[in-house]
Amino acid sequence: MVSVTLEGLSVDLGGRSVLRDIGATLNSGELIGVVGPNGAGKSTLVRAMLGLTALRGGTVRIDGADIAALPPRTLARVLSYLPQGQTLHWPLSVERLVALGRLPHLGPLSRLTGADRQAIADAMARADVTDLAGRVATELSGGERARVMLARALAVGAQGLVVDEPLASLDPGHQIDVMELLRREAGAGALVVAVLHDLTMAARYCDRLMLIADGALVADGPPDRVLTHDRLRAVYGITALIEPHAAPPLIVPLGRIEDAGG
Amino acid sequence: MDAVSQQQHRIRHRALVPGLIVLALLAGWASLALGTVPLSPIRVLAALLGHGDRIARIIVIELRLPRAVLGLAVGAMLGLAGAVLQGYLRNPLAEPAVLGVSNAAALGAVAAIYFGLAEWHVAVLPLLAIGGGLAAMALLFVLAGQSESPLTLILAGIAISTLAGAGISLALNLSANPFAGMEIMTWLLGSIENRSAEHVWIALPCIAIGSALLLPYGHALDALSLGEDGARSLGVDLARTRRRLLLGVAIGVGGAVAVSGAIGFVGLIVPHLLRPFTDRSPSALLVPSMLGGAVLLTLADVAVRLIPTSSELKLGVVTAVLGVPVFLVHLLRERRLW
Repeated sequence: MVSVTLEGLSVDLGGRSVLRDIGATLNSGELIGVVGPNGAGKSTLVRAMLGLTALRGGTVRIDGADIAALPPRTLARVLSYLPQGQTLHWPLSVERLVALGRLPHLGPLSRLTGADRQAIADAMARADVTDLAGRVATELSGGERARVMLARALAVGAQGLVVDEPLASLDPGHQIDVMELLRREAGAGALVVAVLHDLTMAARYCDRLMLIADGALVADGPPDRVLTHDRLRAVYGITALIEPHAAPPLIVPLGRIEDAGG
Repeated sequence: MDAVSQQQHRIRHRALVPGLIVLALLAGWASLALGTVPLSPIRVLAALLGHGDRIARIIVIELRLPRAVLGLAVGAMLGLAGAVLQGYLRNPLAEPAVLGVSNAAALGAVAAIYFGLAEWHVAVLPLLAIGGGLAAMALLFVLAGQSESPLTLILAGIAISTLAGAGISLALNLSANPFAGMEIMTWLLGSIENRSAEHVWIALPCIAIGSALLLPYGHALDALSLGEDGARSLGVDLARTRRRLLLGVAIGVGGAVAVSGAIGFVGLIVPHLLRPFTDRSPSALLVPSMLGGAVLLTLADVAVRLIPTSSELKLGVVTAVLGVPVFLVHLLRERRLW
């Protein structure tokens, strides 16, 4: 069980206020979608949650402990992170890449133990990439690559998983695969936070959505409460078809409202 | 990749380090046995153990042993520094010279020759060279600041390298007597000829400290193959990693360049040659690159003794000639990929 608490979180980047006074508590077992327009501050929010960006104000607590006081390796064992558009700089095999997830558990000169190997095999099975183990990770298709990168994040064995835009450039089938995988992880008791752009997917799979607009948390709750006609108009400047009787709710963006701006 | 070829790969990975150790021992032996006066293995062994004839003892212990030890140690340091920097900067063309450390150390040595300080004591030149390497590192930190991007570091390194290069050219330009100019030129070409035990005692501690600072960072380098954010989220303290790595390179390479002169390309070629024999992760290359660097530099040093030329070939010339094919192979591979 892990619980992440954000208290009055504010972040400035290059002199510009990017996040203002965000407060929320995120608990194990939830699949939480972070949604909002481009540039709203979604990625900055998850980076702040992981201690990857300096705060102007506020604190992030994990199980009550301020993350600023936690050693980086301890934090890395509790929350694992898959950055947006994860790149790989060397042509490692899939198995070697997934093994990188064990680094927070390894001492400076130590090697992988039997337990590490088990965690790697387990993560590869959960992400359905066991067949790809011997392939070169830089030569995979987009869908295979997304699953392999998720397996790397799962191999950490952390109680919390934070993924930034895991669906980018995936076809609908692979998008569903990834969302199902995140759903299963949350169902197994993990805290899963995913930055998402696809509102249809976010509404169908997430237990809870955090809607960020212009650096502020404008709504936080179940998808059907967060994604209303008024908010979609105000935040995204769009009209949408919302099918209220479907469960989970079905949301299809329809058109741009001309005078709503940015 | 099928199971059989995976199995072959694993065997290749496991055989790499023992194979390189054997090669390094053979290269070390060749360095003791070969030269103007070739010695049989039995005479070399007897001389090393303090037995045997006086001439063999003088040749092996006083003339060839410092040269063999330096060849192995300097090569190991250059190979390790190259592997570390390629991993850290995530650039297969990185080597110690990119950060300006080699050139700055060379400038320190050139200053010692130019101002005649080198004549005071045999240790003055190497110590000034080490000072040059450390000064370059301090400047690198000031120029690159808090930025974590490899590009800033490379740009700062190029600036320092160019500045030190300009200083060396200036010394050559202004050197009043042609002999000092010649001496500077000779030193810049790089060589471990005529080195004494003093040189060994200056270089070895620096190389030991440098290696000790670099070797524990294999896992951090692996994590960096996922980029800065990826590495930090795996618990890597980037600021600390950078301090340790740059300090290790400055001390180790500074100490190596101090006794051998500017020997380029070893740090570039060796990781390239060995990468296909590993799983291609940066950590898997560190120890093999050390051993490979030791083998390459020692064999190159044996080659300069054996190639008949009017004046002895310089080591830096040989390694530079070996470097060109590596660049070409890299270029051809890249083109096929595109």
